[in-house]
Amino acid sequence: MFRLFARPLAAIALLLALFLSAAAQAQLSIEITGAGAQRIPIAIAPFAGEGALVQGNASAISSIVRADLERSGLFRALEVPPLSPPLTEASSVNFVEWRSRLADALVLGSVAARPDGRFEVRFKLFDTVKGQDLSGVAYTLSREQLRTTAHRIADFIYEKLTGEKGVFSTRIAYVVKRGPKFELQIADADGAGEETALASFEPIISPSWSPDGRRLAYVSFEAKKPVVYVHSLQDGKRQVAANFKGSNSAPAWSPDGTRLAVSLSRDGGSQIYLVNPDGSNVRRISQSAGIDTEPVFSPNGQSLYFTSDRGGSPQIYRMPAGGGEAQRVTFEGTYNVSPRISPDGKVLAYIARNGGKFQVATLDLATRQTQILTDSEKDESPSFAPNGRMILLATVNAGRGVLSAVSADGRIKQRLTISAGDVREPAWGPFVR
Amino acid sequence: MQVLRIVFLGAALGTMLAACSGGPVNEQSPAGVEERQPGTQPAAQAQPVKPGNVARVDLTAKPPVKSPLTDPGSILSRRSIFYDLDSYDVIDRYKDLVEAHARYLRDNPKSKMLIQGNTDERGSREYNVGLGQRRSEGVKRMLLLLGAKEDQVESVSLGEEKPKVEGQGEEAWSQNRRSDILYQGEY
Repeated sequence: MFRLFARPLAAIALLLALFLSAAAQAQLSIEITGAGAQRIPIAIAPFAGEGALVQGNASAISSIVRADLERSGLFRALEVPPLSPPLTEASSVNFVEWRSRLADALVLGSVAARPDGRFEVRFKLFDTVKGQDLSGVAYTLSREQLRTTAHRIADFIYEKLTGEKGVFSTRIAYVVKRGPKFELQIADADGAGEETALASFEPIISPSWSPDGRRLAYVSFEAKKPVVYVHSLQDGKRQVAANFKGSNSAPAWSPDGTRLAVSLSRDGGSQIYLVNPDGSNVRRISQSAGIDTEPVFSPNGQSLYFTSDRGGSPQIYRMPAGGGEAQRVTFEGTYNVSPRISPDGKVLAYIARNGGKFQVATLDLATRQTQILTDSEKDESPSFAPNGRMILLATVNAGRGVLSAVSADGRIKQRLTISAGDVREPAWGPFVR
Repeated sequence: MQVLRIVFLGAALGTMLAACSGGPVNEQSPAGVEERQPGTQPAAQAQPVKPGNVARVDLTAKPPVKSPLTDPGSILSRRSIFYDLDSYDVIDRYKDLVEAHARYLRDNPKSKMLIQGNTDERGSREYNVGLGQRRSEGVKRMLLLLGAKEDQVESVSLGEEKPKVEGQGEEAWSQNRRSDILYQGEY
């Protein structure tokens, strides 16, 4: 485990400006509005020869790594001027000099063209305080894999220095409304490289990633009523998972990917059912006179958390995943909805109405401690990063739907804005294998 | 053959003449030519039309309103039921409307209806789907009590996703808390 140093954050403004200019090319750009108190100062030297990989106005590989780490709120990237001759992972490192530049960690790397037209990226991570080589990796890649490779390098560094898995290689899904059009989009966790999986003139809500990251379940209103689809991202094939009489809504995958929990009104009222992703084997598991919706499986697949107004106001309940008696989980306030469970199963994130404001809150399931994480007014659809550190959410800023992220401890905040249109309904995808 | 020869000759005479001819005769669209067998035409059509005997064909006139469902004078053309804040029951002023639609469903057992419940934009989208469903099911329950059949009516919810009026504040929200009635063919 790496030592965390609290040092004066003198160069933050400059670094933030540098980072923002790098991110400005992406359609969905991310702005950090808060940061952790203790950030690891890291120097990432430009990789020798990395210009060969860059086409057009794309960012260099070391810039993407730097931006990823900065965005996490756990790192402070130090400015490293271009060195001549450039340092590579094979250079001998003067640890004393890097320590004097206040760097606790150092990344050196190089890019070389291969005879087959592809490239090889090599890098090494050093602990300058201990004067240690913390190992490195070499990747072979095509020009198109520049961003993917940079995210993997950032994940490697993040895990080595913090001890937890990075999420820079993961993807997010969200819905953009542009004029009369709704688009379900997939992008890298940094908002870059967005692709449209579905475009429609009718609303799309509640995208939910399959555990293998290959499919999305969602609700589309294209049939003038809510219908649950399962959409295979690579070939665009869509399958109806629930289209019963009445409304079909709120899909959530079981951790093993074999079942969906949904809210259906086929028997009157909105109740929770399980259904296979191909639409077979539907069975009812909740029995109440109220609205039961927004089911979500606990990570071990044993329980379902869901929203119900059976007690008079919408609150979060838990019941066995096979059905059975439900227990109320939230008690503070009169409006607690949209439950999500952290990957370790210990924290419940949800939306609480707080004096007319809808805000992201967390409830520690062991200590019963609650915490409001945001100061915005119209938060919706919280979604945990697969490592549990950040929560992605939709909110409204200056009358426009934007995505935002907050660390599970509430300290780090990021805002993601898209150039045109309203963004809503974010869902953070699983780890990439 | 004779015609073709003249056309070719005309074309050969100069470009100006060719430009005016409008193309060879045998490329006329067959639709413009009516084939007539001598002696088969009725005698009456051989005469010019008499004054006052011209039948008027008017393609500009709107088709007559046949269905009471769309006749603005009929209560059946009214399709929206609005709700008070946090309310899901049909209030008194819309009971006539629901009764009229129930009567129509009773009188027309083959007709089918979709009721879409809607909410204002506040709160969770999925919980709002549930609340919109509660509204549309309230209308459906009333229709069934008044004699409509279960298989004629489907109640669904659009939640907050299809606002009638965009914007914030009670004025927009009160327009968006509603149930809409659609008949088969309208959705």
